[in-house]
Amino acid sequence: MTNYDPGLYYDELFGGRDYPAEHSALIRQRLAGLNFGDLLRRSQDAERELYNLGITFLVYSNKDAVDRILPFDIIPRVISAKEWAHLEAGITQRVMALNLFLHDIYHDQKILKDGVIPADLVLGNGCFRPQMVGLDVPFDTYIHIMGTDLVRDREGTFRVLEDNGRVPSGVSYVVENRHMMQRVFPDLMQDIGIRPVDNYGHKLLDAMMEIAPQDVADPQVVLLSPGSYNSAYFEHIFLAREMGVPLVEGRDLVVENDRVYMKTTNGLARVDSIYRRIDDAFLDPKAFNPDSMLGVPGIMEAYRKGNVALANAIGTGVADDKAIYCYVPRMIKYYLDQEAIIPNVDTRICREADALQYTLDNLDKLVVKPVGEAGGYGITIGPRASKEELADCRAKLLADPSNYISQPVVDLSVCPTVTDDGIDPRHVDLRPFAITGKNTWVLPGGLTRVALKKGTLIVNSSQGGGSKDTWVLQDGSQEGSAS
Amino acid sequence: MNLLARYAECIFWMARYMERAENLARILDVHETFARDTRGMTNWFSIVQLNADEKDFFSRHDRPTAEAVVHYYMFDTQNTNSLVSMLRMARENARVLRPWISTEMWTQINVFHNKLVEMNGKDVALSNLSKVCTWIKEECQTHTGITEGTFYRDQGWYFYQLGKYIERADQTTRLLDIKYHTLLPSPVVVGSTLDMSQWTTVLRSAAGYHAFRRVYPRGMSPTTVAGFMMFNEGFPRSVVMCVRQIDGLLTRLKSRYTLRNGSDAMEKVDELLGALLARPIEEVIQLGLHEYLDGVQAQLCGITTEIGRAFFGQDTVVMTQSQSQ
Repeated sequence: MTNYDPGLYYDELFGGRDYPAEHSALIRQRLAGLNFGDLLRRSQDAERELYNLGITFLVYSNKDAVDRILPFDIIPRVISAKEWAHLEAGITQRVMALNLFLHDIYHDQKILKDGVIPADLVLGNGCFRPQMVGLDVPFDTYIHIMGTDLVRDREGTFRVLEDNGRVPSGVSYVVENRHMMQRVFPDLMQDIGIRPVDNYGHKLLDAMMEIAPQDVADPQVVLLSPGSYNSAYFEHIFLAREMGVPLVEGRDLVVENDRVYMKTTNGLARVDSIYRRIDDAFLDPKAFNPDSMLGVPGIMEAYRKGNVALANAIGTGVADDKAIYCYVPRMIKYYLDQEAIIPNVDTRICREADALQYTLDNLDKLVVKPVGEAGGYGITIGPRASKEELADCRAKLLADPSNYISQPVVDLSVCPTVTDDGIDPRHVDLRPFAITGKNTWVLPGGLTRVALKKGTLIVNSSQGGGSKDTWVLQDGSQEGSAS
Repeated sequence: MNLLARYAECIFWMARYMERAENLARILDVHETFARDTRGMTNWFSIVQLNADEKDFFSRHDRPTAEAVVHYYMFDTQNTNSLVSMLRMARENARVLRPWISTEMWTQINVFHNKLVEMNGKDVALSNLSKVCTWIKEECQTHTGITEGTFYRDQGWYFYQLGKYIERADQTTRLLDIKYHTLLPSPVVVGSTLDMSQWTTVLRSAAGYHAFRRVYPRGMSPTTVAGFMMFNEGFPRSVVMCVRQIDGLLTRLKSRYTLRNGSDAMEKVDELLGALLARPIEEVIQLGLHEYLDGVQAQLCGITTEIGRAFFGQDTVVMTQSQSQ
């Protein structure tokens, strides 16, 4: 650690040049006392154990599906109690605004009538579900589970990069990474005062029970998965286990008289509340994609009749769209009359003429993202793109401007990371998770993804990223004089 | 608490695949010993015959050499009866059950599977085969022990036990059948020293040699060995012992969890038990042990089908109709 140099970036363990992170002083001191060989050995132990425990995701290469672990780095990212309080408030505010937005667009559509958000952007959106219009959902909650992607810029300011309001994944790694750290690194954690993350399953189950039909005394909750060939299957297993509920697939469920049942050893048993990890389009061949074999025919009608609860609600995709994202600060102002606690990354919507012009003029300085893609695909990072790539990007922009947004390159913060060449800075982001039934609860921590390749900014697991444990310090813990 | 039908089915098959893997390891181990005599070639081929895999085997191999047969039953992923395939299927079932079984159970199967997959031909050269088979048997027994010690005792436990005992009964009939199917080409060798040593090996492969000696301290005849493996009430791998377990498990499962279905399965178990207790071994051998064993296997198959219809959701639609009437 003695030669460690984060360069000009904000560092998650050391802080910025002008603002050293007092709260992590003790952790830095302990890390400095370990030699690199020991770190490497512990890191290998951890990865071996993750593999043995089968904490893996599936990667499809050619014809084979291969079990891979999400590479795990044992140097934690540390967030002070004060920073966390700020993030928690910001995420809660954001969930609230997005839920108000979803309720509005499926009811009175005031925000569209008032011209705050262009109507065609919502009504013409592929994720807008006309089936949801006029339907009431418990507590007006649409997004029960939200994952918010945050980045930290060079000044140390957290900014929202993306909202995930459909089926956000990654929370299983948050909890399993912590278990792993407790096994391989107990000496680093001792007496630090780290807020626990292992009650996520209880909180999720509570919310699933809250939203179940009110006339059911002891609601049966299930988790609906597309099956064991889904890349996030481990997470489905994890969540079902933590909630203590059956992990079902479409073939386990049937709908009769607009009620949902599961097949048990004793015949059919009623199901009241479903945490579904299947996209809208595949949920019900009768209501959506008729070719889908993954879902349950008739479930949408059961849902409409209020006989079963679904989390997340149908049609939430319209709120986590990359184009809608740009309007979230205005949404917060409109519904809550507040400023956004966590700002967005400055974003331009290329469907707007001046934004398109600006983007075209500054292509080599901007990140251009297609609105409808996930997983880091289709992104052009201007400063790192070749002439050909820029020309290609320009052509695509001109051909279909409304499919793109552009953002300045954010100098993502870094965190010390164990690499083959020693401890080196690597870029990270953060995905905290919020659960909303009657109220919103934010898991203290989140998935810190780390770009393991030197210099790269893309942290997605599908693009060779790994993860780190995220420590949220307890109030009044080892934060010393930081205030 | 409701048990998802598909979980019950996965538990049942996970138990069966683990039990089957253990038995295949036993059979390979036994043959490694058999093959030390001059009839090595014949003996290796008998495993292929035993599993009725001739067609599939010869589609990829010219001759049933030791190397070919061992590879076919250890590592051939195209062969659904290979150890690698069985472990893969046991692991797939365990993977489905992960929210539900203990972490220890899952981890052990996962590690076992991954180690087996990483092995290659060199690891199972004949000189090493017995060691590898012993390792596989021990891993299977570790699974059984971990399950015994950590599996939560509810409906699922009964389905696990059902799978295990049905498979075990089936495998004991197969093990016994090797002897009659292939090792007894001429009546001349019956009762010879060679014959006896092979019967001893059959007993050892079922971990029954010492138990047998306690019952029959002196002498050993094909009849006593076959009788012991079929009908002994105290030997944990005897067919009667296993079927009695199946009978008891079904009864308790139905009464404890007030399950509506399963009567047909219970009837079939009663039939089988009745048939097993009806004839002494001498009579069975006279009528033809091989045919008798085939019959038992068919009955076990019928019981499996009934269990599937009753509990694994295969009859749900019909049941729902009768419910709503």
